[in-house]
Parts: sequence; structure tokens; C-alpha cells
Amino acid sequence: MSVKYTKDHEYVRAEGDVYVIGVSKHAAEQLGDVVFVELPDAGKTFTKGEDMAVVESVKAASDVYAPISGEIVEVNAAIVDEPAKVNEDPEGAAWFVKIKASDQSEIDGLMDEAAYATFAAEA
Amino acid sequence: MTMNAQGRPTRSDAPTVNAAPTFTGNKALQIEEALIFEVGHFAGTGVDLPEPNGGVDRLGGLNRNTDIGLPGLSEPETMRHFVRLSQKNYAIDMGPFPLGSCTMKHNPRLNEKIARLPGFSDLHPLTPEAQCQGALELIDQLAFWLKELTGMPAVAMSPKAGAHGELCGMMAIKAALEARGEAGKRTRVLAPESAHGTNPATAVQCGFIVDAIPADKTGRVDLAALKENLGDDVAGIMVTNPNTCGLFERDIRAIADAVHEAGGYFYCDGANFNAIAGKVKPGDLGVDAMHINLHKTFSTPHGGGGPGSGPTVLSEALAPYAPVPYVHFEDGKFSLVETRRAAKAEGESAKSLGRLTAFHGQMGMFTRALAYMMSHGRDGIAQAAEDAVLNANYVLSRLKEEMTPAFDGYCMHEALFDDGFLKDTGVETIDFAKAMIDEGYHPMTMYFPLVVHGAMLIEPTESESKRELDQFCEALLSLAKRAKAGDVDAFKAAPLHAPRRRLDETAAARKPVLRWTSESSVQAAE
Repeated sequence: MSVKYTKDHEYVRAEGDVYVIGVSKHAAEQLGDVVFVELPDAGKTFTKGEDMAVVESVKAASDVYAPISGEIVEVNAAIVDEPAKVNEDPEGAAWFVKIKASDQSEIDGLMDEAAYATFAAEA
Repeated sequence: MTMNAQGRPTRSDAPTVNAAPTFTGNKALQIEEALIFEVGHFAGTGVDLPEPNGGVDRLGGLNRNTDIGLPGLSEPETMRHFVRLSQKNYAIDMGPFPLGSCTMKHNPRLNEKIARLPGFSDLHPLTPEAQCQGALELIDQLAFWLKELTGMPAVAMSPKAGAHGELCGMMAIKAALEARGEAGKRTRVLAPESAHGTNPATAVQCGFIVDAIPADKTGRVDLAALKENLGDDVAGIMVTNPNTCGLFERDIRAIADAVHEAGGYFYCDGANFNAIAGKVKPGDLGVDAMHINLHKTFSTPHGGGGPGSGPTVLSEALAPYAPVPYVHFEDGKFSLVETRRAAKAEGESAKSLGRLTAFHGQMGMFTRALAYMMSHGRDGIAQAAEDAVLNANYVLSRLKEEMTPAFDGYCMHEALFDDGFLKDTGVETIDFAKAMIDEGYHPMTMYFPLVVHGAMLIEPTESESKRELDQFCEALLSLAKRAKAGDVDAFKAAPLHAPRRRLDETAAARKPVLRWTSESSVQAAE
């Protein structure tokens, strides 16, 4: 599968049997310079829509919601040390967490790239 | 040269020269002030005390034998340091302070005169009750008028700021839920997306989980979405009215009824009370708890580092949980009920949530607030609310020519704009705000509320005259025109005339320098 997006501007990308999650490029641009990131501990489980992480920029502080339910298997500590990475490569090197999904069907409810592009342009 | 009607020059027409930097770094009589640690000398001291001789050393060998590391300054050095710093501070006494959601109104000098009466200003909080009957009476009278203005049966006077009042109210809600045996079940608090950040923070501090309620297209709470979110796990809702979009929540009664029907409580954030004081009684709207920012609504503007005060009114349902201490009047005497046990003895409240502050509250603010109320009177307070709303709508209607209001229709006490008018200009909200500084105006609230893109929230308050508002609007309209004309560079470079140019906010947030270190200690560390 390719990248999928939520209305709250998180993305989900399959990587082997886990899903890589972060904030979209559009979201990173809207936030402005990111100055702080807080990530959950690996091993924690979240249900879809729960507050999972926090991202703070010079303009605003925002919650990052779990786009799908599951268990955190890995977090990207590099963006905690260097929040600037979120602006540089949000959908690449600056991923937030990797989740082992507990309900694969939740992925289907998310937007594909084209639908998200339209959504972001309207918002 | 630009002259006014009397032939006096109003603007310098001196040719702009690229003046060389001054040798001292000072600009005219604006002194470039160093940190106090850099002004002082560690060996020095501003006071000359004789060395104590004799006496018994009771420190048991724990005497300090190294330098304490405080800068020593003489009295004139200290005085100048702080006065120079204060001259760099902008204040409501210098010009408009249009911060939305902050109600930076003029603080009448009469308030200051009354607050400085030694019977109030020199009072020690441990003064015996018999010697401070007047001060206790003042607290009692202020409490009476706050209850009267809000239509609520009880008020906790001790909270020392808006957020502290929120804490008081939410703790009372928690205590009431515990008394009902439902604290374990009711764990969610609802707050609109446009809420002040302190609302969810307070709820979390009290152990609740916060769920955001979306706004509808008119910028108000989406009643249908609220009802969907209500259930027997909801402790209550926190709503600001008028809200942070400067709009009156028209469905407020329906909101209160729905929350009460679901078994929850209604916390109202009273930060914007100035818009409705004397016009609407929150008690009539179904409010269970609301803090009143004395330092906004009843003058003594904050923002200059001054104190806050957040008395919190409580409904019949929450009144028994009000914190101690409070003033009690019996047999012609005022007394302070200081403990839960004492409260029980008075038969007033055995369920008090306890003590929130060391003493009885913010006496200086109480005095100013009561002086404000007494000098305005009932009609004057209502008039102030009307004028505040009128001023905001005047600003809204004038700025509409060039700027884009976030919502249609009239506003209450503050006018909210989005950055639509800056679209494709390359100028952003922050650049616009920085350019305002060059024009002599403190920027409005920026990027809040978050529900509006690139928000600019202007609250002129009733203090500003039409002339002042016209000057303010002219300046903003000129800036908006300049932005649309494509003069991006001027905005990106602003402020040009401030003591400091554009600061790197990102670097400051990412790598904050929070502590001064002497050169010697830096060298030692290296």
C-alpha cells in the first residue's frame, strides 16, 4: 500500500508488518518551525483517535492522534533530540512511531494521497 | 514638514541618514542595558553594615565559606537598572494594548489611590482580626458584589489568577462527584477547540481526560457534536462565554441543560466577562462555577508582571465545597474561617475542599476591584460592557475594508481576523504583527484561537477613544495595503525601529539559554 492520511494530518505507511506514522508534509508546513516533540514509550498500546504524541512549534502546540489502533514497537528518538528534522523530512526520516496494527481494516478508512491533497487544499 | 492645525510639527522630516552605530551602543537617551549580573560586581555591596561581633555561632560548622554569587550594586545602580528596563516595557499607560482575550483596560488612578491607603497596603496577612475589620469587610463587600453581578450564591475569594480559579472550580466539581460516588466513573471533561489552553491543562491537572468539541461554521460550540459526546462518563464541560472568537455562545442555555441532564457540571471561563458584566448574569445561564479575572474585568491590567486575582463563583451544587479561608460575619464582627474544622463548627461547610493559598487572596486587587465597582456603579459597569462591545465592532467594521474577519456578523468585545487578506502576499501573521511594533502599536493576540488560520484577535476594550481607535485602524489599514502591494521585504525585516530587531524565536525555543553564567565559570567548564 502507498501512504494513507487522516483528517488530523497524520500519515500511515506500511513497512514490512508494521506501520510507520508521522505528521504530513502539509502539517509540518502549517506548524512552522517545530521546537519540541514528545513521543510515547515503545510497548504502549493506543486505540484509534487517542492522543499519542505532542508536537510544538513556534506558533502552536498540537496533539498527534493515533491514526490506527495498535502497539508502539519503535519510536524515533532522533526527532526528540532534533525537532527541526520534522520540518526537513516529515514523511521520511522524521517519522514519529512504528505501530503494530491490531485492526487492519482501520487502514481502509483513511484517505489516499489524492484525497488528502484535495482535503488539505480545502482546509 | 508635516504640521498639525496649530502649526506644530507632528513628524520629523529630517533626511534619513545611515547613521553610524554609536560608540556606546546606546541610542540617544535610550540606554542599552546589561544584565544585572553584568552591571554588578561580586565583591561589591550596596549596603554598609558593621561586621557583627560577639554572639554565638549556632551553625555547627555549616557556615557558608564561598561567595554566594549575587551581584553587588549600589542603590543608584539598582534604581537605574530597573528603571531603564521598565522604559523598554510597553504598558497600558503608554498606549492601546489590543491583546484579545486579555482585556487590557485602563486602570483608573482612583483605584491606585485607594489601594495605597496604608490600612490596606501595609496590612500583614497575620494581622489579628480585631485590627483589620475594615479589610475583612472590604473582602466581604467585594464578594457580595461579585455574587450579585454573576447571580451566583457563593464565591471563593482566594484563587490568585484565572487559571487558579479554574483549578478551584474543577476541584469543587471533582469533590462534588466524589460526594456522589461518581468520581471514578466520570473521567471526561469536554472543552471546545477554541478554549483557552488553561482549560484543558486545568482539567488534566485534576485528573480528567479532555475531549475537544468542534466549532460550528459560525465559530460557536457545535451543539449536536456536544450532545453526541455526552454520557455518564462526563464530569463536565468548560466553555468560555463570550468565546475566544469574540462571539456569544447563543446556545449556552441548551449547552448547560444538556450537560446537566447528562449529570455533568458546567464550568464557565470568565476571562471575557467584561463583555457581559452588568448585562448578563452567568447564574441565569446555568453555570456551576466561573472564575472572574479581577485583573481584567475590574482593572489592574496584568501583563506587566503584576498580580492576578481569580475569585471563583459557585452554584448551589458546588458551594459546599468552596475552599477555606473565607470571611464570616456574625454579631457585628468579621472573622476568617480558616480551616475545615472551623467551617464545620460554623455549620457552613463541612465539605470544603480545603486551602488553595497561604492566605486570604490578593488584597491589592480586591481593593482596586471594589474601588472600580463603586466608582462605576451598576449602570457604569453595564455601560463599560456596552462600550467595549461597541469599540470592538467599530474596529471590526473599519478593518473589514482591507482585512478578513474570521466570521460573519457582529462580534462581542473582540474582533477576530484570519490571514485570508495576506494570502499570496508572502506576508504572514507574525510579519504583520512585527510591522505593527514599528508603527507604535503592541500587536494583538496572534495565532490564537487555533480554530482560525493565522488568527489576529483584537480587543480594544472600552478604554480607547474614537480618535485612538481611528489612529490604530489607519495604521493597520496602511499595513494591509502595503502587504497587498507586494512590499514583502519591509515586513520580513520588521521591526526596524525596536531596541532589538527580529529575534530568532525558533532558536530561542530549541536552544533556550535560561541561566546566566559568568565568564569564569564558562571557562572552568570548558
